[in-house]
Order: sequence, then C-alpha cells, then structure tokens
Amino acid sequence: MKAFIDWMDERFPLTKVWEEHLSKYYAPKNFNFWYYFGSLALLILVNQIVTGIFLTMHYKPDAALAFASVEYIMRDVPWGWLMRYLHAIGASMFFVVVYLHMFRGLIYGSYRGPRELVWIIGCIIFVALMAEAFMGYLLPWGNMSFWGAQVIISLFGAIPVIGEGLTEWIRGDFVISDATLNRFFAFHVIMMPLILVFLVFLHIVALHQVGSNNPDGIEIKKNKDENGIPLDGIPFHPYYTVKDIVGVIVFLMIFLGIVFFAPTFFGLFLEKDNFTPANALQTPPHIVPLWYFTPFYSILRAVVWDFLPGGAKLWGVIAMGLSIVVIFLLPWLDRSPVKSIRYKGWIYKTALVLFIIAFFILAYLGFKAPADTDLFWFDNTRWAQICMFIYFGFFLLMPIYSKMDPTKPVPDRVTFSKGGH
Amino acid sequence: MSDMNENGVDVKRRRFITMTSSAVGAVGVAAAAVPFVVSMSPSERAKAAGAPVEVDISKLEPGQMVRVEWRGKPVFILNRTKEMEQGLNKVTPELKDPDSVDPQQPGYAQNEFRSLKPDLLVMVGLCTHLGCAPVDNFEVGAASGLGDDWQGGFFCPCHGSKFDLAGRVYSGVPAQQNMVIPPYSYIDDNHILIGVNPEGVA
Repeated sequence: MKAFIDWMDERFPLTKVWEEHLSKYYAPKNFNFWYYFGSLALLILVNQIVTGIFLTMHYKPDAALAFASVEYIMRDVPWGWLMRYLHAIGASMFFVVVYLHMFRGLIYGSYRGPRELVWIIGCIIFVALMAEAFMGYLLPWGNMSFWGAQVIISLFGAIPVIGEGLTEWIRGDFVISDATLNRFFAFHVIMMPLILVFLVFLHIVALHQVGSNNPDGIEIKKNKDENGIPLDGIPFHPYYTVKDIVGVIVFLMIFLGIVFFAPTFFGLFLEKDNFTPANALQTPPHIVPLWYFTPFYSILRAVVWDFLPGGAKLWGVIAMGLSIVVIFLLPWLDRSPVKSIRYKGWIYKTALVLFIIAFFILAYLGFKAPADTDLFWFDNTRWAQICMFIYFGFFLLMPIYSKMDPTKPVPDRVTFSKGGH
Repeated sequence: MSDMNENGVDVKRRRFITMTSSAVGAVGVAAAAVPFVVSMSPSERAKAAGAPVEVDISKLEPGQMVRVEWRGKPVFILNRTKEMEQGLNKVTPELKDPDSVDPQQPGYAQNEFRSLKPDLLVMVGLCTHLGCAPVDNFEVGAASGLGDDWQGGFFCPCHGSKFDLAGRVYSGVPAQQNMVIPPYSYIDDNHILIGVNPEGVA
C-alpha cells in the first residue's frame, strides 16, 4: 500500500491534497449546529445528480410524452417512485439546507473579509440553484409547471425594447411549447449541473484558502503554536468528518421520513395542480411558485405603483432582481467592528429579527392572492410592501446601523456557547 | 531599437501582437457563438405553425364563451348579451385605456366593443401582465365577489388583474395594457377565421 501511494504521489498530488484539505486542514474547534449545512448541501447535490441520472433513463423530454413518462416512472419502473421522490423532495431539501447555510453565514458574519469571495461564489451558487430548480420544475409538464414557466419567462418581457424578442429566444417559440421543454431538459441535466459542480468546487477552494469562520467570528490563524498550527484549530478529518456523519444521519431520518410518509409534504413540495397535464387554455385557479421562491415572488407582486416610469411590471421585476443582488453586497454593507452576532448589540439583533419576520411573511404571502386579506389590518399587497421595505432596509441601512450598534468586546480565543461542552 | 530589453526582445512590439491577437481571438469566439445563440430562436417550423383557425359560432348562445387554441394560445370567443354590451359604458371611468389607444388590437377593432360586430368578442385569452389565462366572471355586482360595481369581465388569478367584457384593463392592477385582439374575420354569419384580417385590410 505504501509503495502504491508513493508511486501515485510522484505522479499525482494525492497525499498533498488529502493533507491540505482534510487531515491537516485545521478548522475552528467551536463549530456548532449551524455548521452541518455545508456538508449536507454537498450530500444533496450528490443525491440530485445520482437520482437525476437514473430518472433520465426513463423520462421523455417531449411535450406529448413527458407527463405520461413521469407517471410511468412512478407506477411501472421498478423503484422508479423512489428515484423520483428522492429527486423532487431532494430539490426542496436542497433549498432548506441552503437557506440555513446562508443564515449561518449571516449571523456569524462569515461573509466579512477575508471571506468576501466565499460569500459571493455562494450567492452565485444560490442563483444557479434557483435556475436549476426552475427548469427542472417544467419537466413533469404538469399544469403548474406550464403556467409557472409562462409567468417567469414573461418576466423578461418587462425589459424595454428587447423584452419580447428575449422571451421568444428563451422559449424557442411564441408560447411555452415542446421546444421550451426540450431545451429546459438540456439545461437542467447538462449545463446547470456542470456549472453547479464547478461553482461548488470554487466555493470550497476559496474557503480553504482563507479558512472557515466560526461562531465567535474571530480568526483562529492569529494564535498559532510553534508548528504554525492554529491553537483553536482541529484537523477536519477525522474530527469534522465524524461530526458531519452525525448530521447526515439525522438529516437522512428527516429527508427519508418525508420521502416515505409525506412525499407531497402537504402540497408544498409537490403541488396538487401539477398532477394535471399542462393545458395551454386553462391557468390553474391558484397559481403559486414552489415555496422556496415565494419570498421573492411576493416582492415582485408588491410593486404595483403605476406612476413609476416604465410601469409597475418592470419595477416589480427590478425589485425582485435587486432583492437577490443586495445579498451579494453584504460584505460591504456590514460596517460593524465585530463579525458574530454573539458580540453585536441590540440594534443589529432587532434589525435581524425584523428581517426574519419580514422574510417569513413574504414567503407566506407568496402563496396567497394579492387582493385578499389573510393577515390583519391590511390586504396582502400592503403587507408585502411593508415587508419588502423591511427586507431592503435590513440590507441598505446596514452601513448606518451596524456602525451605531453597541457591540461587546471580542475575546482573543474561541469560546463555547453556554451549556456547551 | 529603444524598446529592446536585455534579452533582445522588443517588449512594445510583443505587447502589441499579444493584444491584437487576443482581440482577433475574442472576435472569433463571438462569431462562433452566433450559430449557437441563434439556434435557440423560434425554428422555421414554429414560425410556420401560425395557421388560421376556423370556428363555428352558430351554437354560441348569448352569454356563452368558448376557448379555442390559435398559435398555441387560448382565444376567448364570447357572445355578449345586450346587457353585457351596455355594461361596457358603465365601467369606462375605472379603465386605464377605455378608448383602446394602445395598439393592442387591429385598427378595425379599435372601437367601443373592440370587435367587428358588437356582440362577438374574439380575444387572445392571456393576461398582459405575465401571460396567465384570466378566468371569466360574468356575474354582475356583489355576487361576482369582485365588488358592487363589477359589470362582468375577466379576472386573472395569478396577480389579480381585472379586465372588462371587451378585455380593457382596469386601473390600479398589475397589467398595464388591454388584452390582445387577434386579427380575425367573418367567413359568413356563422363562421369566423382567427388569424386572417377581413378582406380589404392590409
């Protein structure tokens, strides 16, 4: 074995990579619950690729055959139902895990220097993931697939001058059709997975260049022993590989619990209108995007002010775009002297709580009709407008309030949270 | 030459050649991308698929509506009752473009009814906001669920846009334009042809 590894090492940096990224990659020793979600996201990516490959063996990317081929997978292909549920529910779980992963970065200031690039690459992954999920959602060719794609592609029509031609170019037709389905299949199974895998590779390379942040938001590289090893660092392998396996087991219990016992997850992960084939003449009465798009969809619908130049539709699209762009800018919006929420003051914590509440209300309203009143006092559009201002206020006012915030002194070495080990 | 370095390399000349060859290479890549980008445009078959659709309207009673497919889009054909026609005037103040100034219809349909004949509405059944198919709601008044002043019309379930019985958009809704009237003509009293202008119209 030793001889084989030596033979390899002369021709390929096997031991070097193993040591640099696993056995001698020192991660902060105070990782907590929030640090499971990066490795879980990687696990789901593998799940999506493997189940996706097996689904393409039976799926037909043809408007006349697609819906029936999914039913064929569900009913006649041995274990086909499992592949399909693992893939469809995996998509929702991907967003659950990625949202939690992003939230971890938010509260512990993991986006702050020197990790700006890790954050930005991560944001690009989030956008790529949304594109991947959107195109995958068209493939079952259900009625919600069809009209969801119709609405989202029509968004590009709001762009002045080129909008109309751009939508035709995206669809490859004057309406959503077989051409659209076929190209979305190509993007979903080839282009986006390649891009995603490459971006994840870059995300990890950039992370390992600067090292992980931690719940205290302090740099462990500042305190090293005589061998140059961070005093508060432990090798990723075996310490965090073992810890992550615990997370994987708990995650699989939840994930497979949904797959086996509640695969539609009460209409949230698989919507009932999508069990009807695509019908170009009839929009489903309650058209809603999948849950992970609803906060951004609510922002799109919240802009109804006709007096804006170019019309409300264009500005709704712009607001939705900006709601994602501001996430990219976070490293430069936060001017606090501390990174982690543990040492931030009441102003930041209040802003964060308001932001979380606004985000959840926006997510909720995305399922509801704009003109109805599902909350109190105002109709849904007004609530979405209020929450949109809180959402943007959290980001755009951060340069001001993060400076005013009364922060606590940051310790020199990492700590363990109360009740910890 | 003055730009030679100690190895006898003309740095300025080398930089110029690097820059120009990179620029030519970039133009080549852009040119090579053209066939790939253009291949995604609607194909010749998709462009040719816009055949006119003939519809028999003899069995369409007043107050009834049918949906037919033309170029992959839903087309609503509504036989308006006399009451429906009269209701069109009542909602004018609430509309964004009551006189159909925006060319969302052929010239021959730019009138009060947005149609060739007052009773028959022929309209592309897609909301001008984001392209959902609005649902018809022909109830009048509070029974419609859309307010006491509602005179019947179309309601888009996606984002709540409202249109009257001529497809004219209400003010203060996400849609900004009236619904589209396709080119159409009468073959005889009982048959219309969607996609073809009446004779004598270019």
